[in-house]
Amino acid sequence: MQSGSRRTGNPPVAKWELKLYVAGQTAKSLQAFVNLKRICDEHLAGEYRIEIIDLLLNPQLAAGDQILALPTLVRKLPEPVRKIIGDLSNTERVLVGLDLQRQQSASSQ
Amino acid sequence: MRASKLKKTSTNVTSPTQFLSSQLPKCPTGIQGLDEITLGGLPRGRPTLVCGSAGCGKTLLGMEFLVRGATEFGEPGVCLSFEETAEELTVNVASLGFDLAALIEQKQLVIDHVYLERGLIEEAGEYDLEALFVRLGYAVDSIGAKRVLLDSVEALFAGLQNNETLRAELRRLFRWLKERNLTTIVTGERGVNALTRHGLEEYLSDCVIVLDHQVTETVLTRRLRVVKYRGSTHGMNEYPFLIESDGISVLPVTSMDLKYGVCNDRLSTGVPALDTMFGGAGYYRGSSILISGTSGTGKTSLSGHFVAAACGRGERCVILSFEESEAQIIRNMRSIGIDLKHWVDKGLLHFHSVRPCTFGLEMHLLKIHKIIRQFSPSLVVVDPVTGLLHAGTAFETRSTLLRLIDFLKERQITALMTTLTSGESAREQTEIDISSLVDVWLLLRDIESGGERNRGIYILKARGVAHSNQIREFLLTDHGVELREVYLGDAGMLTGSARVTQEAQDASAALMGRQEIERKQLLLECKRRALSTQIAALQLALETEQQEAQQLIEQEKLKVTKLERDRGEMASSRFVKNSPNVSSGGSTSGPRARAAAKGGT
Repeated sequence: MQSGSRRTGNPPVAKWELKLYVAGQTAKSLQAFVNLKRICDEHLAGEYRIEIIDLLLNPQLAAGDQILALPTLVRKLPEPVRKIIGDLSNTERVLVGLDLQRQQSASSQ
Repeated sequence: MRASKLKKTSTNVTSPTQFLSSQLPKCPTGIQGLDEITLGGLPRGRPTLVCGSAGCGKTLLGMEFLVRGATEFGEPGVCLSFEETAEELTVNVASLGFDLAALIEQKQLVIDHVYLERGLIEEAGEYDLEALFVRLGYAVDSIGAKRVLLDSVEALFAGLQNNETLRAELRRLFRWLKERNLTTIVTGERGVNALTRHGLEEYLSDCVIVLDHQVTETVLTRRLRVVKYRGSTHGMNEYPFLIESDGISVLPVTSMDLKYGVCNDRLSTGVPALDTMFGGAGYYRGSSILISGTSGTGKTSLSGHFVAAACGRGERCVILSFEESEAQIIRNMRSIGIDLKHWVDKGLLHFHSVRPCTFGLEMHLLKIHKIIRQFSPSLVVVDPVTGLLHAGTAFETRSTLLRLIDFLKERQITALMTTLTSGESAREQTEIDISSLVDVWLLLRDIESGGERNRGIYILKARGVAHSNQIREFLLTDHGVELREVYLGDAGMLTGSARVTQEAQDASAALMGRQEIERKQLLLECKRRALSTQIAALQLALETEQQEAQQLIEQEKLKVTKLERDRGEMASSRFVKNSPNVSSGGSTSGPRARAAAKGGT
């Protein structure tokens, strides 16, 4: 996480495009990244791309995406845009926020 | 060391805000009246809480603080708006004459709209509001802002569920603002039992301003109160304020001490006879004059004279009319020979005609203040002050008038007020009981007698002026107001036709008296002449008698002489031959001898 934005994930054009906004390498931002990576690998393997945006380096991006709390995860794709704030430790809430809960229950049936 | 001390003193003197309170530096808001109440402005480098219910003008106050900072004090500002977008704000304050787009263009202002909607944000775990700090910090740094408006930060409570985190973050935010030395206005919605709904006042204890609006009998009055100002004295009262086309103006403090200067200039009322009632010199400049009377007694006409006289001296006048329009007053004044239009055209006279019920008393007062500031007149006519009574309770009207009079007095502006007294109430009591506030009180009254109504005028009081105690009859003629001496006789005071009749009677009586005198004089002359004729006749008679007497006396004298001569002759004829020696001897004496001698020769 040295650069302002770093891409993680495999495909160049992914079905799931996620942005994680942080401000420096704080405990919360590291925790959020770890949690996000885990959830994505579990539920969206091969279908996602994560961009990490450090607002300390690019403060002007905060206003554009209406970021207020940190860390914030923004689901850019698929539409509509959704926002999840926090260190993503509550997996259930993250799945609700990403709208993965329904898909999961639908696939299990 | 000494030089630096000197320098410090001189900067203190040049900056009035620093001079007023050396401990706490203040940041002038530029909002009319607010800086007077806070004795210089908001605490510099600290957050101020502005709270109030919806629609009371919090955002406008905050925006004016930023705009004035940018335009008047060279302090750029940042607005973090949680409710309205930059476009909405721009449109909203354009009505106050603020051009936000231009300020943004000139890098004097940044508006950042912080949008938060509860349903769209999922909270999963620990978070903080660092991004808010980042945004604010970025905006502040980008233009070198000195002022910040957070409007209204309480929207966060609706958007975020974790209250504890939010409160901690807000506390951190306010501390951060202080550390960056940013003078901040934080707005907050009025709570039920607290100043703000979410208890922001806990964190913002440096300065708290409460805005309020009250509707009394369908009239809205906005009020502002400085609840708290740590480290500084401030006005404690509720001050009414206005939101108008040029921003917010707060009604300044009612002067608590009577310290205004006085002027010894005496000015003519425009009615020479009235001037003589004021000891021949008229009223003092800067005094407050009340003309009271029942309807139709000529209050407005009399004030028209005052105005025309003042304009004639080249002074500026303002007529605040609550009953008649400008055109109507001008027409009516023309009918008694006063041309006000001329002065309006010359720019010496300004009319402000409104119905009193259109807005509240404070609003009236503020508008009056504004007009007076703009026009700077030396005479202000309020016609009638009773008109204001409809805009508030008696208590409010009285205090409003007190403030108006004080305001005018401070500026040595003569206040001329008319008041309508109702027929039933005591004559010497005005409805709003402002008699003790005024310096000069002229009373116009109806005098009903002999089947007609006439007007009388007298001076009820005139502070510091020797004045007549007489009632004069007051006539409205086509060349203005005229005062006449009333007839005082055995039958009491007579006016109008009764006076004219009485005067005619008096005149005829006087004529008769004069004729009588002439007759008497004639008679006397006659007598004098008759007597003098008699005197002449008597004189003549006297002279005649005198002459006669003289003649008799002469005759008698002749007789005596003749007798004596005869006797002498007789004697000489007897002694001449007998004694020739006697004459030669010469020793003999006596008439006989002389006669003898004579007779001898």
